Amino acid sequence: MPIIRFAVFRFFTMLMTLVVVSALVFFIMNLPPGDYLSNLIAELRSTGQESGVAKVEFLRREYSLDQPLWRQYLIWMGFYPGPHGFSGILQGDFGWSFEFDKPVSEIVGSALWLTVLVNVAAILFVYMVALPLGVLAAARSKTWVDYTSAFVGYLGLATPNFLLALMLFYYGHKYLNLPIGGLMAPEFEGEPMSAAKVKSVLLHLIIPTFVIGTSGAAAMMQRLRANLLDELSKPYVDTARAKGVPPVKAILKYPLRVAFNPFVADIGNLLPSLISGSVLVSVVLGLQTIGPALLTALKSQDQFLAGFILLFVAGLTLIGTMVSDVLLMLLDPRIRYGGRDR
Amino acid sequence: MTNLTDDHYVDSAPYDANAETSAPAHPDLDAPNWLLIWRKFRRHKLGLISAVFLAISYLMMPFAGFIAPYTPNERNADHLYAAPQMVHFFHEGKFIGPFVYPETATADLEQFRWVYTSDYDHPAKLEFFCKGGTHYFLGFIKTDRHLFCAPEGATVFLWGADRLGRDVFSRIFYGGQLSLTVGLIGITVSFVLGISIGGIAGYFGGWIDWVVNRIIEVLRSIPELPLWLALSAAVPSHWGPVAVFFIISIILGLLDWPGLARAVRSKFLSLREEEFVRAAEMMGAKPSRIIRKHLLPNFASHLIASAMLSIPAMILGETALSFLGLGLRAPAVSWGVMLNDAQNLASIEIYPWTAIPMLPVIFVVLAFNFLGDGLRDSLDPYSHD
Repeated sequence: MPIIRFAVFRFFTMLMTLVVVSALVFFIMNLPPGDYLSNLIAELRSTGQESGVAKVEFLRREYSLDQPLWRQYLIWMGFYPGPHGFSGILQGDFGWSFEFDKPVSEIVGSALWLTVLVNVAAILFVYMVALPLGVLAAARSKTWVDYTSAFVGYLGLATPNFLLALMLFYYGHKYLNLPIGGLMAPEFEGEPMSAAKVKSVLLHLIIPTFVIGTSGAAAMMQRLRANLLDELSKPYVDTARAKGVPPVKAILKYPLRVAFNPFVADIGNLLPSLISGSVLVSVVLGLQTIGPALLTALKSQDQFLAGFILLFVAGLTLIGTMVSDVLLMLLDPRIRYGGRDR
Repeated sequence: MTNLTDDHYVDSAPYDANAETSAPAHPDLDAPNWLLIWRKFRRHKLGLISAVFLAISYLMMPFAGFIAPYTPNERNADHLYAAPQMVHFFHEGKFIGPFVYPETATADLEQFRWVYTSDYDHPAKLEFFCKGGTHYFLGFIKTDRHLFCAPEGATVFLWGADRLGRDVFSRIFYGGQLSLTVGLIGITVSFVLGISIGGIAGYFGGWIDWVVNRIIEVLRSIPELPLWLALSAAVPSHWGPVAVFFIISIILGLLDWPGLARAVRSKFLSLREEEFVRAAEMMGAKPSRIIRKHLLPNFASHLIASAMLSIPAMILGETALSFLGLGLRAPAVSWGVMLNDAQNLASIEIYPWTAIPMLPVIFVVLAFNFLGDGLRDSLDPYSHD
């Protein structure tokens, strides 16, 4: 089965990329001069709390921050034994957050799932909006449908995400009575799943999904429209029309399938921008995703927390891209036996 | 033309042996490339309007201090959160030229906000070419002249004042200086990196191409914003505003080049096989000369169009970073820094004018998009619609 071979091949390239990305992330996290613990030691020294210094020195050894940088990286990833044997990201130990004084896994725990939830919702939104609108805009090109959707699309592209979030928040609450802030009503936090909780989460998801998805949907719609227009001008479509194929079928049967290809392939471009958007919007709207934690961690040089979140976000993107590549293979038989996407 | 008896037609003009026989039938084919592009671009109305708008915006930058009635960090403690003031022309039905009604603030201690009452009896005529705070005209001439300002005892806050009583209108002009330049610096960095790296990969191929391709793939697969955040968080906090501004622009450019490099590379791969490149190589031209003189001009116009489409992403990026507090910092004024004040729902509800800086952001980004679209459509003058 070539499709399985391709999937396996794609999976391993993804893993390789992820390793490179992890090194890059670690390097960036160590760019700023000094680190959280040295800052803490300096602060303790200057305030004369010598007793605290011992604890920090202990932490420093415990997390092998006294080692050379390349070894720190290997220990962090779990390729190299630290003070307690192999315990890095590979082994499921994400490190310690100095800022919150808790293990990283405890801080990000539920946020990871909510992050995935928000992003999946945004992707679904993008497809649900872009597909019908793109087809409609192409089928009725140069009419008010086309112009209106282009206008709304451009506006979505040009408005900074966070402002859109704030404004929709305000007006959504004022006129539609949509809930403000967070991803669920406060009384459900930490509660087990229930129908009421799901409903609350769904209600809270409406605005974030809309905000995160708008610019992606706009871009996607434009692309689908352009592709479909190209396809619709081909002679076989004229033939179909001349034969009396119903107009809807004449669009959906072949032209859409051909135009659909880049639509799936494009997810590789779509995902990074969606995830970027979700981080920003989460900070503004106070969603309990990893966005706000990332911002705090970056501001206080909490390197393990920030590093893990960056790695997770990159991993999410890479997995999404891989899935879309494999899907593309399934969708388009012509690609299957051809060379790899070069 | 003369009609001969045997039904042949002959041109009556005298025969000229030196006449150009190879003159093209269509004069368009002889016109220089830029003229053809311009003729086609002219028909793209939205792109044309955008180009004019952007040209005006950028041309206004050096004159920001002159146009703005206040200096960017001039605080007006008596007018915190003052609402936008209208400029009137008719006072009690009589034309007396542009003027404003002076406003005085009273504290509303029940709702804890400032209430402004206009004094409708004493119109304050605006002064022109008047003296105000010092600024640098064109960036180096120190002066205190402003295009217009309010007379003694009155204020002119066309778009309101923010929480420190600073004029939003003036700050938008000053903010534009930074916000608009960020994109230019960023795109320069991205261009230099993208063209040289993409060019090298495309021209030499082989393992260099492979390595560059992998780097591009890795960089493109990481979400931009978290990476921008991480890199700007690494900027030392004791650096001055100017240094921060430059480093932020460079960071924005650093993550933008992969897309460009990819486009350059694929162009190079196809152009490399053309005869004129072969010929230049045979004549002993060095790779750098071939890249610069023979390959780049072939798709420079495409690069410009793609630049127009990446600048808005950088402007939005700067806005987002500053908004989150990791971009430009306080004494510097940019649209993102200004929007940082409009971060909460309260200010949008009670003081909506603090969110006005979003309008220039939206307009500039839209204009760049339309201009880029227009350029892309008109860059290939020999193709037909």
